[in-house]
Amino acid sequence: MEPMRQSPSPCSSRPSSPRTPPYETLGYVGIDAVLDQLKIKAMKMGFEFNIMVVGQSGLGKSTMVNTLFKSKIWKSTALDLERPIPQTLKLQSVTHIIEEKGVKLKLTVTDTPGFGDQINNDKCWDPILGYINQQYEQYLQEEILITRQRHIPDTRVHCCVYFVPPTGHCLRPLDIEFLQRLSQTVNVVPVIARADSLTIEERESFRRRIQHNLRTLCIEVYPQKCFDEDINDRILNSKIRDRIPFAVVGADREHLVNGRCVLGRKTKWGIIEVENLAHCEFPLLRDLLIRSHLQDLKDITHNVHYENYRVCRLNESHQLPRGPGWVNLAPTLGGPPATPRPSKVCQQAQDDSEDDEEC
Amino acid sequence: MTSEVARHLLFQSHMPTKTTCLSLQVSEDEQKQKKENIRSLTMSGHVGFESLPDQLVNRSIQQGFCFNILCVGETGIGKSTLIDTLFNTNFEDHESSHFYPHVKLKAQTYELHESNVRLKLTIVNTVGFGDQINKEESYQPIVDYIDAQFEAYLQEELKIKRSLFSYHDSRIHVCLYFISPTGHSLKTLDLLTMKSLDSKVNIIPVIAKADAISKAELQKFKIKLMSELVSNGVQIYQFPTDDETIAKINASMNGHLPFAVVGSMDEVKVGNKMVKARQYPWGVVQVENENHCDFVKLREMLICTNMEDLREQTHTRHYELYRRCKLEEMGFTDVGPENKPLSLQETYEAKRHEFYGERQRKEEEMKQMFVQRVKEKEAILKEAERELQAKFEHLKRVHQEERMKLEEKRRFLEEEIIAFSKKKATSEIYQNQSYLASGSNLKKDKDRKKEPGYRFELLCFDVRACETNGGRKDAEEGREGPRTMGRP
Repeated sequence: MEPMRQSPSPCSSRPSSPRTPPYETLGYVGIDAVLDQLKIKAMKMGFEFNIMVVGQSGLGKSTMVNTLFKSKIWKSTALDLERPIPQTLKLQSVTHIIEEKGVKLKLTVTDTPGFGDQINNDKCWDPILGYINQQYEQYLQEEILITRQRHIPDTRVHCCVYFVPPTGHCLRPLDIEFLQRLSQTVNVVPVIARADSLTIEERESFRRRIQHNLRTLCIEVYPQKCFDEDINDRILNSKIRDRIPFAVVGADREHLVNGRCVLGRKTKWGIIEVENLAHCEFPLLRDLLIRSHLQDLKDITHNVHYENYRVCRLNESHQLPRGPGWVNLAPTLGGPPATPRPSKVCQQAQDDSEDDEEC
Repeated sequence: MTSEVARHLLFQSHMPTKTTCLSLQVSEDEQKQKKENIRSLTMSGHVGFESLPDQLVNRSIQQGFCFNILCVGETGIGKSTLIDTLFNTNFEDHESSHFYPHVKLKAQTYELHESNVRLKLTIVNTVGFGDQINKEESYQPIVDYIDAQFEAYLQEELKIKRSLFSYHDSRIHVCLYFISPTGHSLKTLDLLTMKSLDSKVNIIPVIAKADAISKAELQKFKIKLMSELVSNGVQIYQFPTDDETIAKINASMNGHLPFAVVGSMDEVKVGNKMVKARQYPWGVVQVENENHCDFVKLREMLICTNMEDLREQTHTRHYELYRRCKLEEMGFTDVGPENKPLSLQETYEAKRHEFYGERQRKEEEMKQMFVQRVKEKEAILKEAERELQAKFEHLKRVHQEERMKLEEKRRFLEEEIIAFSKKKATSEIYQNQSYLASGSNLKKDKDRKKEPGYRFELLCFDVRACETNGGRKDAEEGREGPRTMGRP
């Protein structure tokens, strides 16, 4: 299903009143004070952001998350050698409240250790899809209650960062499968992990090849072209789209370079500075995710992906295929013409391959 | 191959109570965090998400704001003028009539621009309020209008394919109730109206045309009004006092309710400046002078400080109340027999059935109508056919009758011809006999010509000639001819 977003211009869907030309006020009224009111309200309520990192183990996901938010999100990082490679895919979520200059952010990071690590990785994306759909389901349930909460807690995944191993060639079949399926349910940002093993030229050609792959397979990663509203957005997003996937390096150790303390990886042949644009593109990723497009990520998740899920879910008796993570509610009482399906316990990935495309 | 998913959650996503997500009080935060195992982290560097409120504001600027004001008050009390003055724009010019039989609501939407903020302002005016002789039905249209806006929003929210972010929110955010400046107390109509509206909309009462009351009387009036409102249990909108930045000013404003306002867009020169004012022979009432009236306070409270809060209250309190009542009325509950949420599938199944039933019914109706029309048409055509048939028969009969008549006449005439020829023969015999008897008769030719018998011969010839031509009518005339000519 192609996500379609109408541009949120206020003049589009008004029912009956005629279009009047805009009035300019003759003097100061004070309408722009509403912006401050909004800010105060937002700061009081705080923000929520849920991010998921997906990739094979050893690609530096946990380190990347720690670097992004400059804190030890995960207690243990990749150096934990005693931890056995998980036999199955497990999803781990951790939530923190971080505050900066009065702005509170409730950050939830979901990690997926074990993704793509088995010998047979068939359908390893199912638990992830199931998790994402389950968050949508929870939100939907809260939304349709009769007595609703004042503010529904938002646990929906706003952004999924996919780590592509730095082979230097092109996207692998596993990557392609995953990106195809998930880009329709959630905002996916692919990154080239461990980019310090590629030279600048190799990075560029790898990037071009990945972009070519994505284009030929019609995979829409964030920022999606169809959601650009006006010319400014398009210009801004085209610049970003040109650099996707970012080649990133993660590091959570500090080193001294030229008298400054920087985050970086120390090797025998030099120190790779994480925040140096000449070395890697981590600042671009951080700016995209946090400084400029965070609200946009949340908006697209709420207005597009969640709505798509909702439409699917509410049309269920029309025999649409059920994706993984479908949760059965109490059986319908009206006796719709659907054949009775076996009730599924939540989050069991199904065997039927034809139902694999999500609603 | 199935794979087990075991989720190690360190965070429970279900909030136990209906509190807001992050509250200001620190102790509550800590308690909750301990309960739910959320950790507070300190960061070792600058991450950069303090731009989040700005991102939010940017998005809102792009989307634009919506604000809907309902003005309730008698005709001529100054509603339109006050709105013009509040927003410093001349919206509309004509006065409304006092002679409407019912109360109606007139809504108009304007788009205002100020710096980079786009505000879509909808002003709803009550037309004819308080003008009727019998005012019993006065407030019901207002209540219905407010409910209709809620209903429209609810319908949009319940749709399967919905577009809430581009939906033009027409729910009333604030109701300015205009009290006339009698100086005594609230009118019964005012009390009743406010009582029926207070659970549906934020009410801010204002004393209109406040330049008609003196300051001392005004104070007494205000106290009387507030006490009446309180004693009758009318809940008016209280400016919020939970945020420290605006708590103090809001609290003091709460004490000034209801605001005594004067509206005017006319400018009068006072001192060196042109100010908005009303000029009387005894002085000038300046609109923006706080000593003269509370207009500035109203503008401050309504627009500059609490617009967002008014919208939020409308959405979270009044709309939710309406939604809850409406859904419960439709028969949905949150908890079913097994304590599992039922309303989802029931709501949508019910809606779907309703929709299909409706569609089925309409199809049936259309089919019926079609069949009926076809039958009617058939009947008409048959009728026409029958008529034509009847006409044809009739004509045929007429034709037949005439033919028979003509046949009869012909027969008759033929008989006459035979009679004539017989008579002619006998008369010729007589003539010959008389001729032979008398000898020479000089009158032979002439007399013969003059004799009617001769003429009869000629006429008989004529008749026969006509007959052979086939013109029966002529033959008739011809036959008639000899008859009238007389008989020998």
